[in-house]
Amino acid sequence: MAFSFPAFSYIIALILDAFLIFFSIFHVIAFDELKTDYKNPIDQCNSLNPLVLPEYLLHLFINVLFLLSGEWFSLLINIPLILYHLHRYYTRPVMSGPGLYDPTSIMNADVLTVCQREGWIKLAFYLLSFFLYLYGSVITPATLE
Amino acid sequence: MSNLPPNPYNNFPGPPHQVNANAVHQTFNHNQQYGQVPQSQLPPGFGGLKQDPNSNSPAHGPASVPQNNVLQNVNNYNQSASSSPAFNQPGMTSLPQGPQMSPMRPPMSVAPNSVPNPLPPAHSVSQPSASPRALPKANPSPTPYNPSYHPPHQINDNAPPLIPSSQMSQPLLNGPLQSQYGPPSSQYPVSSSAYSSPPGGKPPVSGYGQGLPPISKPSGPASLPSQPNVPFSSAPLAGPPRNSPLIPGPPVSGPPTGMQNFSGPLPGPPRQAGMNGPNVSGPQVRPDPVMGLKPVTSAPMGPPGGPPMGPGGAPPVQGFPGQYNNGPSGQPIGPAIGNMGPPSMFSGPQNPPIGSQMPPMGPQSLPPMGQQSLPPMGHQMGPPPGPIIPAGGPPKSNMQNRYPQMAPAPGNYVNNQPPQAPQGNMKQYPQQYSAQGVTQQMGQLSVTKQGFDQLWGHHMVDLLQCKHILPEYPEDPPEIKLCHQFADASNCSPEIFRSTINRIPETNSLLQKSRLPLGILIHPFKDLNNLPVIQCATIVRCRACRTYINPFVYFVDAKRWKCNLCYRVNDLPEEFQYDPVSKSYGDPSRRPEIKSATIEFIAPGEYMLRPPQPAVYLFLFDVSQLARESGYLQVACDTLKANLDSLPGDARTQIGFICYDAHVHYYLMGEGLTRPKEMTVLDIDDVFLPSPESLLVNLSERRELVRELLCVLPARFAGVAANAPACALGAALQAAYKLMAPTGGRITVFQTCLPNVGPGALQPREDPNARSSKDVAHLNPATDFYKRLALDCSGAQISVDLFLLNSQYADLASLSGMSKFSAGTVYHIPLFRATRAWQADQLCRMFTRYLTRKIGFEAVMRVRCTRGITIHTFHGNFFVRSTDLLSLPNVSPDAGFGMQLSIEESLSDLQQVCFQAALLYTSSKGERRIRVHTLALPTASNLTDVLHSADQQCIIGLLSKMAVDRCMTASMGEAREAVMNVAVDALSAFRLSQNLPAGAMSSSLHAPMSLRLLPLYLLALLKKKAFRTGTSTRLDDRVADMCALKLAPLPQLLRAAYPDLYPLHALHDYLPRDEPGEDQEGSDAPDPPRLQLTAERINMNGAYLLDDGESMIMYVCQGVSPAFLSETFGVTAHSQLADELRALPRLPTPTNTLLHAFLDKLNDDRPYPADLLILRDNSPSRTLFTERLIEDRVESAFSYFEFLQHVKNQVK
Repeated sequence: MAFSFPAFSYIIALILDAFLIFFSIFHVIAFDELKTDYKNPIDQCNSLNPLVLPEYLLHLFINVLFLLSGEWFSLLINIPLILYHLHRYYTRPVMSGPGLYDPTSIMNADVLTVCQREGWIKLAFYLLSFFLYLYGSVITPATLE
Repeated sequence: MSNLPPNPYNNFPGPPHQVNANAVHQTFNHNQQYGQVPQSQLPPGFGGLKQDPNSNSPAHGPASVPQNNVLQNVNNYNQSASSSPAFNQPGMTSLPQGPQMSPMRPPMSVAPNSVPNPLPPAHSVSQPSASPRALPKANPSPTPYNPSYHPPHQINDNAPPLIPSSQMSQPLLNGPLQSQYGPPSSQYPVSSSAYSSPPGGKPPVSGYGQGLPPISKPSGPASLPSQPNVPFSSAPLAGPPRNSPLIPGPPVSGPPTGMQNFSGPLPGPPRQAGMNGPNVSGPQVRPDPVMGLKPVTSAPMGPPGGPPMGPGGAPPVQGFPGQYNNGPSGQPIGPAIGNMGPPSMFSGPQNPPIGSQMPPMGPQSLPPMGQQSLPPMGHQMGPPPGPIIPAGGPPKSNMQNRYPQMAPAPGNYVNNQPPQAPQGNMKQYPQQYSAQGVTQQMGQLSVTKQGFDQLWGHHMVDLLQCKHILPEYPEDPPEIKLCHQFADASNCSPEIFRSTINRIPETNSLLQKSRLPLGILIHPFKDLNNLPVIQCATIVRCRACRTYINPFVYFVDAKRWKCNLCYRVNDLPEEFQYDPVSKSYGDPSRRPEIKSATIEFIAPGEYMLRPPQPAVYLFLFDVSQLARESGYLQVACDTLKANLDSLPGDARTQIGFICYDAHVHYYLMGEGLTRPKEMTVLDIDDVFLPSPESLLVNLSERRELVRELLCVLPARFAGVAANAPACALGAALQAAYKLMAPTGGRITVFQTCLPNVGPGALQPREDPNARSSKDVAHLNPATDFYKRLALDCSGAQISVDLFLLNSQYADLASLSGMSKFSAGTVYHIPLFRATRAWQADQLCRMFTRYLTRKIGFEAVMRVRCTRGITIHTFHGNFFVRSTDLLSLPNVSPDAGFGMQLSIEESLSDLQQVCFQAALLYTSSKGERRIRVHTLALPTASNLTDVLHSADQQCIIGLLSKMAVDRCMTASMGEAREAVMNVAVDALSAFRLSQNLPAGAMSSSLHAPMSLRLLPLYLLALLKKKAFRTGTSTRLDDRVADMCALKLAPLPQLLRAAYPDLYPLHALHDYLPRDEPGEDQEGSDAPDPPRLQLTAERINMNGAYLLDDGESMIMYVCQGVSPAFLSETFGVTAHSQLADELRALPRLPTPTNTLLHAFLDKLNDDRPYPADLLILRDNSPSRTLFTERLIEDRVESAFSYFEFLQHVKNQVK
């Protein structure tokens, strides 16, 4: 077989990470729209909230793969973000549906700033990890052979 | 030349003022004509001065020559001196050195010299009189400007350009003066002669010391006159000033004879202009200015006489500007200067600064004058100083005069005055001094510094020493001083628009240093008596930022205007030059949009997304077991029936009813029905509407059916057998939403228990044993059902109001969501029982007000700020639709809003910052209207200014809202901590700005006047139901209080936090003494002072009224006189009073009538009358009263003094 399981993990991670990058770009754009009055916060929250759990789950899935394949370094890098996600979801406002964003509090300047900053930081993180995974997917098979 | 213009004035003014001084002044009048010298003299004897000016201008002008000679001499001298004095502050700057020296000396050596000081005060006084006229101008000018600017003003004045308005006002006064002037030119020679005669006075000059030197400087002739003058004035002046600096008025009497002559003309006006402004009669001042100015110049000119006049005129102008607008202020100053000069000469000792100034004036007076006159700029400068003076001047009169525009402002000043009053004189003097002199002196003399501080309104108080810190009568909000350009533009009423800091810090770092919260409070839909409403085809707005045109825009030319928020230059439509009032074309500034900061437009079609909605009212009644027990339905239906005809609306008004217990009951009143028909829907999980068209019916067509329903409804459920308590509020709300969604409107919910079935069911969360615990749980909603429902409603332009009449826990924290996000209101009457007449009565009043008040439908409010400032957080009940847009499905006159602001860019290149709130709504008559409020605030570049311009009441208003948020997002403990830290932070910042010793290192705790009540109010806030810990508080009561804090307009909020306590046993001592003519209303209602909320103020022989807005508690102590008891309550002994009396009997006794009048007066300013509870001091429920004495220690809560100690120890 051409690929070992770690290599397979990296390739899957690479693909999923691309999705995560799109998610965070969407996130950044969405909050920018809020800030510039283009969108109604209710609509915006309705479109953002369904994406929160999928993003977290994708990220978690990548790390499960790393765990199973024993890629400790990549796992270690991602653990802080997993913890952050857990914390974030645990302390979300009271709401009946899935998601994080409450249209009544999202327009608060502090919340808006935090969310936007979070979007940029995550985007940077996903971009960096994209190259890491790319590197991993190239290196790992080589070391096996 | 400028003088010439004044002549016209002369004609006018002469008479009134002249009368006063006439006798004495006639001679003086001449002086006046010559110069303002007389005025300067006048300052010492203010009273006299005022009169003098009048008299001077009129009678004496021409005929008084003989007298003039003497007077003239005086004037000349005075002028020299006066010029310095008047200008001292401003113009004097040029002469700073001299003045400084003199100031010191005067106090030391010459007591008489002190007179000058008095003069300045007098000037200030005169200013007040002038101020009224000048007021507009005065308003804007900040204190700082004054000193330096005055000279310029004078110059300006000379120019004549002085503001016409001011001049106009002055003209009357001046009129006489001018007339004098007219002659003066001729007279000048005389004056010069007079001068010569005065030379004898030289010796006195020496006495003056510094003051004299200046004189010497002037040309030979000039100097001579000045000297002689000095002697004259000095003697009289000194007498008064020294006696009581503040007293300028009184001194007048003393020194008056001599002084009056001098001051008569000059002093009165000048002083007024400077400091006292208000007191001095406007006219006098003006004459003075004219006179003074000329004289001043003349003084230097001495010999030239004629020429001097010209210059002199200019100087006076300067004086006026300083005080007020350029025009008026310049004139007053002139006189003032003249006055000052002499006074300073005399008083030298009294006011070191003045004295110093004076001397400079004397010698330099000529030169300065010339200089001053030269710079046209002076005008601008002038205005600022004028304002400054007012600010500095503690006297009420000054404030009022200066700020006539701001009705409230005067009040404020007045309030402040008491504390400041003692220092008033001092303040005035400093103000008079030039800025330069001030700064120099500050370094040298602490006393001087104090004086200056006062001048600028930078007073401070040692909180630990000041026991009675609460002003006896409510303070008006601090006035806003805009730059001269907008000095007379009308700013938004502080009742509508208020900022926590009245001078916006230029940078965010400065704001952080001040550690004050920056924000604004808005009460946009307040009931107004005088609201200009205009209808026009196009509403003029900025094309870039959509700002509505307002009084603070800048007109580039007749065709273009510059937006004051984004600075784009826009075209002005042709029709904007048409004045709808006079029906003529011309200056765009005559338009009501430019004249009023609060205006309402009737909007054209483009402001409608759909045809204006009709008024639609839907009532939801809880008829569950607990609701039936409470019996509220009868009260509510009766009230509604009684007010059916006064519901706001037009012919399209619709109304509907839904009742709910375990099921939802609908009432059909559609066509063809002769009686209302009830339909009950058992399925509460998936609500549907049976025949929606007959559920909401047209009120005018179905009025009889509605009445019948309201009659039978209470009885319909009264007989239902008791069953398991179940309440399906959620289902009923969903049904209501479905019913209303197509039109929008208002849903009124009466709820008495915890909704426990169907959608939105809640569980009891409160632990009754934890009601007094430190950390309060469950402040946040248990479910987002009500919030989501509110958002849906908001989107459909429906607002939900909740009347919670619960007798047990109802989880208001969750339920309130339905109102919070749909711009509704929560009304809470805990433990409601209709059988308690007073509760039924309370509900009836509350509901009546609710039904009959104005209402605006499908509203949005946008708040725009000058570029560089953004809104950080909104507080109130609404849904934030974008960064500056609030969605308000309904807007009520009882709703207030708060906004926290942040400074994102430096504002240092701006002179002022503007906020504009535009409320677009549909009136109950189906008209689309826009109500626009615009507030302009100056900026501040240093910490001291920021701290001294804080508005403590507004800060409390904003803080309470922020604290509620903090409770929700963090915890009660953190919120309380944050509130306490506000006091620590603000006082630490003040300590830093003043270089005072650290809190723990000193025995005092200093606070600026503007923040002196902050700790008191913060303590009151901490002891409010919403935030108190350690005292058993039901969770619902706490949450209801929080809701009220978020929504209440500032006056209500303050009263709820720090209730007013009035002594009732001596009401007749506080009857309005003035003629009834002045107070339009309640001239018979007493106006007792407020007492601080501490048991110390409760006398065993008294009776007290505690008013927190919602309720009034009358507390009758044991030792109160039997006569009071029998006259007030109709009982003969204290023990005969019931434990809890809920109404005050009406008896035909004066005491009782008076008390009723007082209660009615108090009830006038709130949405609905408050409850009344009468307690004996040995009633079982006396704690209702005693727990409100918030300055006393309660278990687990600080007393005021302990709180101060705590703050002091934390201040770093």
